[in-house]
Amino acid sequence: MTRTFLTKAVVTASTAFALTVLPGATAAMCSGEHAPYSEAVATHGADTIAVGELHLFNRRALETPPNARNAGGFLSIYNYSSEPDRLISASSPIAERVELHTMTMENDVMRMRELEDGIELPANAQVDLEPGGLHVMFINLSQPFVEGEEVPVTLTFANGDEQEIVLPVRARTMEMPHGEGHESGDDHGSHH
Amino acid sequence: MRGLRYALWGLVGFVVIGMGAFATLSFIRSQAPDQSALYEGVDTVGGPFTLVRSDTGETVSETDFADKPMAIFFGFTYCPDVCPTTLFELATYLERLGPLADNIHPIMVTVDPERDTPEFLEQYVAAFSDDIIGLTGSREAIDEAIANYRVYARRVELDDGDYTMDHTASIFLMNTENQLVGTIAYQESPETALPKLERLARLGS
Ligand SMILES: [Cu+2]
Repeated sequence: MTRTFLTKAVVTASTAFALTVLPGATAAMCSGEHAPYSEAVATHGADTIAVGELHLFNRRALETPPNARNAGGFLSIYNYSSEPDRLISASSPIAERVELHTMTMENDVMRMRELEDGIELPANAQVDLEPGGLHVMFINLSQPFVEGEEVPVTLTFANGDEQEIVLPVRARTMEMPHGEGHESGDDHGSHH
Repeated sequence: MRGLRYALWGLVGFVVIGMGAFATLSFIRSQAPDQSALYEGVDTVGGPFTLVRSDTGETVSETDFADKPMAIFFGFTYCPDVCPTTLFELATYLERLGPLADNIHPIMVTVDPERDTPEFLEQYVAAFSDDIIGLTGSREAIDEAIANYRVYARRVELDDGDYTMDHTASIFLMNTENQLVGTIAYQESPETALPKLERLARLGS
């Protein structure tokens, strides 16, 4: 399978690393007034990306079967600004279209809908895009999500900021119960 | 008084029959303390189907699976999150059950047969488990299965001619009489899901 998108992903990852070492370089990545990048890293971990006063972290996607057509992407966004913002669109070179979706579970029925107005980012609050809820929806993938690779996606915010980030692809895992004759849980995350 | 009591129980029965599988089981579960217990078979959920096995291409019916209990759920491969999660979790539970898992027929029925051809469904399901059986078929055949399992499924248009499916997300646990004896909800804790499947497997041994 092609791995063309990896090159860019690696560059972004090493840039993020450099920024943690050289806080002075943060201006290159951020725009406008914002909390210092080092503060974001301290709060949300070394993978944090600051886009103005929005801090993006806990970025991830889950591996898919080889013939998967659609998949979800996830991250958390903390808006440190005193003004609300909005994630209004997303795009990716590996999907025909990327939409912002919500998913709800009601009486055991899963319903997924596009959020035409995007995802609201209230002032001084965190919004989590996570399995079973808000997600970045990749439609008509040109390649599957493979563990260890990174999915590039460009996010556009209502304040005009645009940021390309990557979502590291993780294996699916689940915690299994302890005791009752079962072994303690580690992940059985491997597709075969 | 007695007449009134019978009338009330009749009403309860009517309400239970009127609810979907999940609501029915939630109702029954609320009556008992053990969250991973199975129940007396509910025969308002489950019924005949005539569908195509994704692995062999054979046309099969519920009678072909009557030798063992079934863990059956409805989904579709264009699903970004819930269905792959359910497949992964079911595959993980089966792996954990070891040889006991041989006493269960694990089945995914697509609610989107237009896109989930036998070949496509098979490639998708096989990425999670060689043991989970994919079932597809004509729109009419799928709709019959959906109706008989009291599943909710509805096509919802997206932009650009794409569509998604709203659908019931639980795994239904069926005894060898094809009666519902339990459900495993989306994101249910393994603490209850795994013992339910273990109990289901023992029904079949
Ligand atoms: Cu979606």
